[in-house]
Amino acid sequence: MSRLTLRMSTPVRQMLTLAALAGVSLATWSAGADLGQAVKQATNWTAIGMFGVFVIFTLFITKWAAAKTKSASDFYTAGGGITGFQNGLAIAGDYMSAASFLGISAAVMASGFDGLIYSIGFLVGWPVITFLMAERLRNLGKFTFADVAAFRFEQAPVRIFAASGTLVVVAFYLIAQMVGAGQLIKLLFGLEYWIAVVIVGGLMMVYVLFGGMTATTWVQIIKAIMLLGGASFMAFMVLLHFGFSPEAMFAGAVKIKTDLALKDGKIAEAAATVGQSIMGPGNFVKDPVSAISFGMALMFGTAGLPHILMRFFTVPSAKAARTSVMWATGWIGYFYLLTFIIGFGAITFVLTNPQFLDAKGGLLGGGNMAAIHLANAVGGNVFLGFISAVAFATILAVVAGLTLSGASAVSHDLYATVIKKGNADSKAELGVSRITTVALGVVAVALGIAFEKQNIAFMVSLAFAIAASANFPVLFMSVLWKDCTTKGAVIGGFLGLISSVALTVVSPSVWEVTLGNPKGSALFPYTSPALFSMTIAFVGIWLFSILDKSARAKTDRAGFLAQQVRSETGIGASGASGH
Amino acid sequence: MDVDLVTRIASHPKYQELKAKRTRFGWWLTLAMMVVYYGFILLVAFNKPFLSQRLGDGVMTVGIPVGFGVIVFTVIITAYYVRRANSEFDDLTDTIRKAVLK
Repeated sequence: MSRLTLRMSTPVRQMLTLAALAGVSLATWSAGADLGQAVKQATNWTAIGMFGVFVIFTLFITKWAAAKTKSASDFYTAGGGITGFQNGLAIAGDYMSAASFLGISAAVMASGFDGLIYSIGFLVGWPVITFLMAERLRNLGKFTFADVAAFRFEQAPVRIFAASGTLVVVAFYLIAQMVGAGQLIKLLFGLEYWIAVVIVGGLMMVYVLFGGMTATTWVQIIKAIMLLGGASFMAFMVLLHFGFSPEAMFAGAVKIKTDLALKDGKIAEAAATVGQSIMGPGNFVKDPVSAISFGMALMFGTAGLPHILMRFFTVPSAKAARTSVMWATGWIGYFYLLTFIIGFGAITFVLTNPQFLDAKGGLLGGGNMAAIHLANAVGGNVFLGFISAVAFATILAVVAGLTLSGASAVSHDLYATVIKKGNADSKAELGVSRITTVALGVVAVALGIAFEKQNIAFMVSLAFAIAASANFPVLFMSVLWKDCTTKGAVIGGFLGLISSVALTVVSPSVWEVTLGNPKGSALFPYTSPALFSMTIAFVGIWLFSILDKSARAKTDRAGFLAQQVRSETGIGASGASGH
Repeated sequence: MDVDLVTRIASHPKYQELKAKRTRFGWWLTLAMMVVYYGFILLVAFNKPFLSQRLGDGVMTVGIPVGFGVIVFTVIITAYYVRRANSEFDDLTDTIRKAVLK
């Protein structure tokens, strides 16, 4: 399904129904499946040149960061020396993917209001993180979210669970990004798919390997500034064209959509309805259960993404942790407002310009090129090159964060805590992180190439669903519920992990679209498993905790008071005075 | 942290105050966010015509300001929490810290 380019001759309604069937992964279309048939374009030297400048600059930063990366703490958390404002930008840079930039603006161009519903879902997790998690995480943890989840529990089982949760989420997220990178770069730069994947994998390894968290943070900050700057300029140019009148912008877009429907052979009245339909909800939300379930995956998944949670340990205090989410939420919210304006701008500037359209009226290069063509329309070839370079930089920043988080799960949680029982020396631990980084890089490149032709539209939504159903419940219950025990957390967490993956496999987006089984044969009818798998996880944690009468359970419960005191006050927190 | 320190903090009235205030505040704001977001989603699911109705004579609909409103609300409610936590709650924390870590 998502192989279809968003041709305007395709009725918008039909497209949306298909989108809903496909797991509603509008954003992943761009990064993944929708670019599945991306045609290799002529080599774009302006874009490659600009990207080259970005790479050289970030490599200098990596060199500087490498000199500062001596201990495991430097590697995982940049020594805890990032300020709240910097970390806010870095979180935004970690979270705003190329998929959300290109995918959401394309969705807005195709269907208007429905694109807004989607972007809102990606924003609402942030307040929840702020109110319930951010400062408690900072006060309890050191390097990974497993430090928090396992705080008062038996280390080995909880760490093994947390590392599994981290690696599974990272794997799906990473594959989606790698495939997206390959398709996107093929399209924007005119490079071969495999070359693009190898470049992304190689650069990401260099950043993480030598510069650790310091380099990753600065790559994310620079990318966030470039992306926010570029998107602001585009939105500004669009609004300028309409004399800063939103009504004029919306009216122009409605008129163009109406004219296109007329050209399609619709009668005047029907065409007017199609035109106006971009101003209200369409078929994005098909059934309420899917809507709520998908909303829960996005809202609570954000609070369970390991690479995002890890960022809270890079700041010196709980205060800075809070300040960083405040900035991150502000930047991300601003960014989604921009993508909405960019999408409407694309209707006016791109859909009416034959330069950007193929013979059938579809966008050259596929539906997700909306923002890219708009960049050309409002800023010419040089700005087009800049935005293309930003898209590449964006993917790099996201994959670097993911890799770092995966490497930390292996070296800090599995190697240092489970295998070495907390007695690993910093040098050896750092060595394991670096070996894991290389391994993850190689695996990511291999999987990126292996999945080139696969429909992977479901992968990012799956990553969010797993984060919401496995990582989040365990973290939440271990921090806030005094009767939670090791056994409850581990069994409940694994139940959430397994059920979210299993339900996704038997849902239409994987069972029918990716695996090619006949339509209607999927056992699980909804687009997201979160409503069910989160319930399974929470009930599992609760049930196996209250049934737990072991000696360990006594210790677990007795440890709650000390944990709570530290989580509330930060007294005794790691690095509270160290830096 | 030794057991004695934990008990001293836990029994400190300011700690009780901090814990109660912050927990209540955090949960109320979480509830507000859930009501706004899931309210919006349920509106989209069950009452599309409401969001699609026009405001005035132009093409502008109720849905656009509502949607933008949810985004702005999300940012503001986060900033509101952080402001109070960074002043009032941190002051309380400092008081506790000074009282117990002599």
